[in-house]
Amino acid sequence: MHLPDEPISNRPEEAVSSGKNSDSGVPEHGTEPGAGPVPATRREYPVYEPGEPVALFVPCYIDEFYPHVAQATAELLTWLQVPVEFPGRQTCCGQPAFNSGYWKEACKVVHHFCETFAPYRWIVTPSGSCAAMCRVFFGHVDPDPRIVEIGQRVFELTEFLVEVMGVTDVGARFPHKVTLHIGCHTRRELGVSAPPLRLLQHVEGLQYVELPNVEECCGFGGTFSVKMPGTSIAMGQTKAENIIRSGAEVVVSPDISCLMHVEGILRRHPQGRHIRCMHIAELLRAEQ
Amino acid sequence: MQSAVEETARTEPHVSLQGAQFLREQNKNLAEPGQFGSLAQSAERSYKHNQQIIATIPYFQSWREQAHQIKRYAIANLDKLLVEFERNITARGATVLYAQNAQEANEHLIRIIREHGVRTVVKAKSMVSEEMEMNHVLEAEGVRALETDLGEFLVQLAGQRPIHVVTPALHLSAADVGRLFQEKLGEPFTQEHAALTQIARKHLRRQFVQADLGISGVNFAIADTGTICLVENEGNQGLSTSCPRVHVALMGIEKVIPSIRHLPVFLHLLGRSGTGQKLTTYTHLIHGSTPGRKLYVIILDNGRSEVLRDPKAWSALFCIRCGACLNSCPVYRRVGGWAYGWVYPGPIGAILTPHLVGLDQAGKLPFASSLCGACGEVCPVKIDIPHQLVHLRHRAVEEPSPVRSWRERLVWRLWAWAMCHPWMYRLAMGMARLGTRLARFLPWHPGPLGAWTRGRELPQPPPGPNFHTWWKKHAHELKTFPTELPSESPGS
Repeated sequence: MHLPDEPISNRPEEAVSSGKNSDSGVPEHGTEPGAGPVPATRREYPVYEPGEPVALFVPCYIDEFYPHVAQATAELLTWLQVPVEFPGRQTCCGQPAFNSGYWKEACKVVHHFCETFAPYRWIVTPSGSCAAMCRVFFGHVDPDPRIVEIGQRVFELTEFLVEVMGVTDVGARFPHKVTLHIGCHTRRELGVSAPPLRLLQHVEGLQYVELPNVEECCGFGGTFSVKMPGTSIAMGQTKAENIIRSGAEVVVSPDISCLMHVEGILRRHPQGRHIRCMHIAELLRAEQ
Repeated sequence: MQSAVEETARTEPHVSLQGAQFLREQNKNLAEPGQFGSLAQSAERSYKHNQQIIATIPYFQSWREQAHQIKRYAIANLDKLLVEFERNITARGATVLYAQNAQEANEHLIRIIREHGVRTVVKAKSMVSEEMEMNHVLEAEGVRALETDLGEFLVQLAGQRPIHVVTPALHLSAADVGRLFQEKLGEPFTQEHAALTQIARKHLRRQFVQADLGISGVNFAIADTGTICLVENEGNQGLSTSCPRVHVALMGIEKVIPSIRHLPVFLHLLGRSGTGQKLTTYTHLIHGSTPGRKLYVIILDNGRSEVLRDPKAWSALFCIRCGACLNSCPVYRRVGGWAYGWVYPGPIGAILTPHLVGLDQAGKLPFASSLCGACGEVCPVKIDIPHQLVHLRHRAVEEPSPVRSWRERLVWRLWAWAMCHPWMYRLAMGMARLGTRLARFLPWHPGPLGAWTRGRELPQPPPGPNFHTWWKKHAHELKTFPTELPSESPGS
């Protein structure tokens, strides 16, 4: 996002000379086809020292609708010798209001979030979309550097395990055919697409099957799912069909909000009603 | 046969959406998927093709960054660059006319038509002409304007509007085109691509020679040389701009780039992002008018300078109209281009239209997205479309627009209040959970609940306690792995 206070270069030559590869004479070779677009920048992760406490942020819908996901997250982190704390005053990250355009209202909730989590250096959440709200969008509702800095401390669970802690094998066993859906905020706003896959690769007995059109949105989109229901459901049906086509028994995701929508559609699908939807934390806790 | 073309061109029902009708159409069309023949598959194929091409170029991201910076410079210095462009192209015999809005641009055009006694017009592809509703205006003037871009020709024959900025007839299959030619041009039915192309060519070729005036768009207006750059695949732009004795080029103010040295990176990006080609078949550089011919350049603002006022949104003007965001967008693929109600469909339309026609009319557009971010990932000039969508949503609820409602504001105020008071949050969420459990016994689901259950089952919360309660009881029972961590150093 280019903010207004950024200086604008008055010399286009600077911008152009920065990359010298634009000559048409440069041969075209490189990464294997189908690898998809390369993320423009790779995030540098801070170092986690063993024994540092981690605050668990449990998004509102997980708290009430999927408490077992939060339990699995707490159990998983504790199992990996991470001291987990759960600030009791926590509520929401403000994303529903933010995405609906109500930034003033979202700002109040963001401030509450920051007050609650200010004492913690590490904040981990089992939802990529909420992590993206904190890390990417807090600055949009309030550019105060203190707010932005607290937002930067929030990590998505699989990202924290793989990129920050360097853990890829959590000692789980799950002998089933599994496919993976990564929410768009996790994939594109956070740039997290490898960590969930690396964790799955080390699960004993797990047979991973590729999801066709894996990068396509499932159509949930928060309030989009009820504001434009026809379009949202049509997108979800495509996702459900792709999951069925993959032949998986279980679809797993770091974003249970997407799965809430996809599962709702799968339950009404004659071939999809037996497919289980799970958060990746639940799977990683299996037979540990 | 020729008369059939003339007839269709003259009676084309040009859809002009204004005010209340515009809003109604938007509300109706954006929420529900439509049937547009091969649109979804074709757009998806283009998207995948584009992705494959990009994956073969390791430095694609650096091209994007360069293009972004060049556009950033150009848009920040429009005042200087437009004057430089005007000075340089005027020195070689062209006439530059500025227009504040579509009406002024049409007035310029009509003046040119009257001055040169123009009877027939051939038109190459131009999105600006769609903004001006030019065909409609020419028709009122008694001038026949024939679309010569194959896709535009087809939608003109069918009496429709373009469904896509690059491939206007993306929704028509070869069989559809065959039937259209059979019905409108009296040709025998065929769905052979080569045969269809021959039919179109037969009907269009003569028109180029007979026309008095050619109209084109502008892909890039190069300031330091005073050059118009046009890219195309069909050859119709070359003919439209060289056969008739008068050429009118229409451009938005944002089309100017500083130097011809900056052109190659855009040509690399435009072909690949638009149609998955390394380079378009033809790239025309028009440096001015030749003796005996006239060249007019009409430079249109039409709301663009309004975009400059919004520092968070001005990169929307970087757009080079490649259509990559449309192809990538899962919403566009399902609702089609017409649902966006105006000239520019898809994600770019959702961020550009509210500026150009006003949030009071197009305030609903930024909400027609699941914010999946695919558009931002493919944009060759790195317009941050997903973040602009949320920015415009914010503006739409703060400024006069169809989505601003005191009821919704009240709901979000109450929500924010509850979210700032943990006890209220737990009460509200507990009620939501209870409501979800009871909802399946209701015979009818109101509002958003009904929208959810139309095609989806509701989530079924487990009978146990919520996480807050569970944590209080069980936090001390959590177990740690007894020995060393099964770890691996980061990045290994």
